[in-house]
Amino acid sequence: MGSEKGGLSAAAGVAGAGSLPGGFPGRFRRSQLMKGFGIVTTASSAEHPTRRDFLFVATGAAAAVGGVVSLWPFVSQMNPDASTIAAGAPIEVDLTPIAEGQDIKVFWRGKPIYISHRTKKQIDEARSVLVSSLPDPQTDQSRVKEGHDQWLVVIGICTHLGCIPIAHEGNYDGFFCPCHGSQYDSSGRIRQGPAPANLPVPPYQFVSDTKIQIG
Amino acid sequence: MSGPSDYQPTNPLIRWIERRLPIFGLVHSSFVAYPTPRNLNYWWTFGAILSLMLGLQILTGVILAMHYTPNADLAFRSVESIVRDVNYGWLLRNMHAAGASMFFLAVYIHMFRGLYYGSYKEPREVLWILGVIIYLLMMATGFMGYVLPWGQMSFWGATVITNLFSAIPYVGDSIVTLLWGGYSVGNPTLNRFFSLHYLLPFLIAGVVVLHVWALHVAGQNNPAGVEAKTEKDTVPFTPYATIKDMFGVSCFLIFYAWFIFYMPNYLGDADNYIPANPGVTPAHIVPEWYYLPFYAILRSIPNKLAGVTAMFSAIIVLAFLPWLDTAKTRSSKYRPLAKQFFWIFVVVCVLLGYLGAQPPEGIYVIAGRILTVCYFAYFLILLPLLSRIETPRPLPNSIADDVLAKSKGQSVPMVSTVIALALAGGLFVGSAQNARADEQETPPPQNWSFAGPFGKYDRGSLQRGLKIYKEVCSNCHALSYIAFRNLADPGGPGYSVAQTAAFASEYKIKDGPNDAGDMFDRPGRPADYFPSPFPNDQAARAANGGGLPPDLSLITKARSYERGFPRFIFDFFTQFQEQGPNYVSAILQGYEKKPAAATLPEGTFYNKYFPGHAIKMPQPLQDGQVTFDDGSPATLKQYAHDISTFLMWAAEPQMEARKRLGFVVFVFLILFTGLMYFTKKRVWADAH
Repeated sequence: MGSEKGGLSAAAGVAGAGSLPGGFPGRFRRSQLMKGFGIVTTASSAEHPTRRDFLFVATGAAAAVGGVVSLWPFVSQMNPDASTIAAGAPIEVDLTPIAEGQDIKVFWRGKPIYISHRTKKQIDEARSVLVSSLPDPQTDQSRVKEGHDQWLVVIGICTHLGCIPIAHEGNYDGFFCPCHGSQYDSSGRIRQGPAPANLPVPPYQFVSDTKIQIG
Repeated sequence: MSGPSDYQPTNPLIRWIERRLPIFGLVHSSFVAYPTPRNLNYWWTFGAILSLMLGLQILTGVILAMHYTPNADLAFRSVESIVRDVNYGWLLRNMHAAGASMFFLAVYIHMFRGLYYGSYKEPREVLWILGVIIYLLMMATGFMGYVLPWGQMSFWGATVITNLFSAIPYVGDSIVTLLWGGYSVGNPTLNRFFSLHYLLPFLIAGVVVLHVWALHVAGQNNPAGVEAKTEKDTVPFTPYATIKDMFGVSCFLIFYAWFIFYMPNYLGDADNYIPANPGVTPAHIVPEWYYLPFYAILRSIPNKLAGVTAMFSAIIVLAFLPWLDTAKTRSSKYRPLAKQFFWIFVVVCVLLGYLGAQPPEGIYVIAGRILTVCYFAYFLILLPLLSRIETPRPLPNSIADDVLAKSKGQSVPMVSTVIALALAGGLFVGSAQNARADEQETPPPQNWSFAGPFGKYDRGSLQRGLKIYKEVCSNCHALSYIAFRNLADPGGPGYSVAQTAAFASEYKIKDGPNDAGDMFDRPGRPADYFPSPFPNDQAARAANGGGLPPDLSLITKARSYERGFPRFIFDFFTQFQEQGPNYVSAILQGYEKKPAAATLPEGTFYNKYFPGHAIKMPQPLQDGQVTFDDGSPATLKQYAHDISTFLMWAAEPQMEARKRLGFVVFVFLILFTGLMYFTKKRVWADAH
């Protein structure tokens, strides 16, 4: 790859040295380009600066395009591979073992997901707050599934810098991040501290009253 | 690096930096204004080609290391997951594996060029010795890299090569233990080889800097072998040498791409697709082709210490070349005798390479000894003698004179050397494959839809093959590198995601532990791999009369047979690489009644195509055993064809992507090389 780039600059350098005022390729018609190609192959052709320019620019452009395109596999390989993507498929979680007031942590795509079975008190607290006063205004209703108000499902990663908040801690009956002191309420919304946004809700749905599918 | 530069940058920023760190001036004087002899031929472009190859090997190697796991239990599988799952992983792996061969091919041409034109003579001795050091480092790097995939050849290559050091008197065994980090080649060995394989290329790069520095101090040698005297003898490096090197590089890339996209396993050994097994040595241990001449020297000497000494001496003697050949005339062009002996020496090296791949017996050993003597005689007797008795032809007065003389004609030697080298290379490569010489009947060739540059898998055949695997083969054979999701991959059997999920859910997969700490069975998911029929190898052996049914994921790449000379040379051009499926298909159809003369061990069956004919697997497929929904005939012939196609896909699921991208790359490279050719001609038109 390196050498192709070197070639580009070399070819461009040559082209620059012999370039005419007026430039390229605006002055060319298609037929002239074709003719230029033909004449280049015959050694006896007289020197003609513009044809020479065309050849150099074409070669340089081909080297540049080839060099840039061939970088793609070297970048693309960094993305998740097929097995990682396949392992990130949706998971099902049985909710029956979770008693009211308790929560569990499951992993999906390597991220901890908090599933909280909220008490009536927690739900009321989350709904009584004035939404417009929140740093990241969102209603509690929009963060849970209708008819399943007691279940809060959030990705347990602090939106500040990625630490894992502790459940049932802090001043808001929700989550407290020990790293930099962010506090989330019982709906997983940011209430205090440096985190800019609420704990995100992962894509999920209820497949039955006691079972959810995350992903 | 050639004296103070008159480089005067106009850009104020560059001028500012240049006053504090004259790096632009260095680049300018080394790679732009640097005077290069105007009569250099294309053999001189291999320096640039080698730089490119070193860069590419480091780049692809660093990337492979991001996905590779240097652990004896995981290494083989991690290489397979690179090839199967990582985006463009197959491309990067092929580039790196074929790149090693291309690197060595280029370095051999570069070395023979130096030998022919006397590039090691005063004042270029240090330049030459640095080159020998680079070559030694390359050999070490290449060897350790070959160990990393942890296949059978990796493991046994590592065992044999490290055991070379046990020949050292008194401390040999201690040194070998030190190298292994254990009592045998094992996980510690693999770990340290990985670390060193990552380190050494950067050492090579460092020595290459010294090599180029020494080159720019002494100036380049040239085909005439007379030093440049006036400005008429030279042209500036840029654009003249740059463009010429670029053209050489793009031609080389076409050759390289042929291996990457169409013949990725041509230079490899099928045995290396079998995971390392410390209990079984492959029938023929053969190093990679680039070590074969030295391997032949090692084997031709019946004494262990003497053999190892001879092998290392064969490389070290190169470092003394400047003092062995004391002839004043550099270029063999003007040395009628040296020129002939040079070509004889090339042939000796190629033949040694050929012998290195042959079994060490009979005529091969005798020939190996004769050629070993010839090899050393060339350096130790012939070159010193020639420099005393040979009368060289008159040299041209200057490089400019040489160029004038050349334009009057005579380019025949160039053509003949190209042909000679091409043949030699072919022989070399093929000799590696010749190793498995046997009087065995070879499997009959078949028509495969996936053969050739535009080959594709036949979807129907893949689906039927899957059915045969599921109903018959899977009772004994694992397919553990294939996940159910692969059935929906592009270039595969062509099932939909939903069909794949349904197929997977029919399987019971062991999972766990659950909250109670117990393992449990659950229906399969697309991300799961095909479950193995036996929990471990011991259970598999116990259920199969002591024989271990191999995992079939890679079977079509792990089995091969000899093609013979000169067929393997044509194979390179016709892209024949279907030995594996031919073999699998032949085995399934090769069950016959035992000939009266043959004796079979108990519990084995006679198979025409199985090496040694005694196979433990009873005939697995009979006419009518599996019925197809699509109305294909329920015959053994059809079964053999379909299962072989399916197993070829299992071994090489990215083949269609590889060939498709290969076509695009070839179109581009050919167009680009054409452009480079005319550009080079245009640039050089001024110089003549």
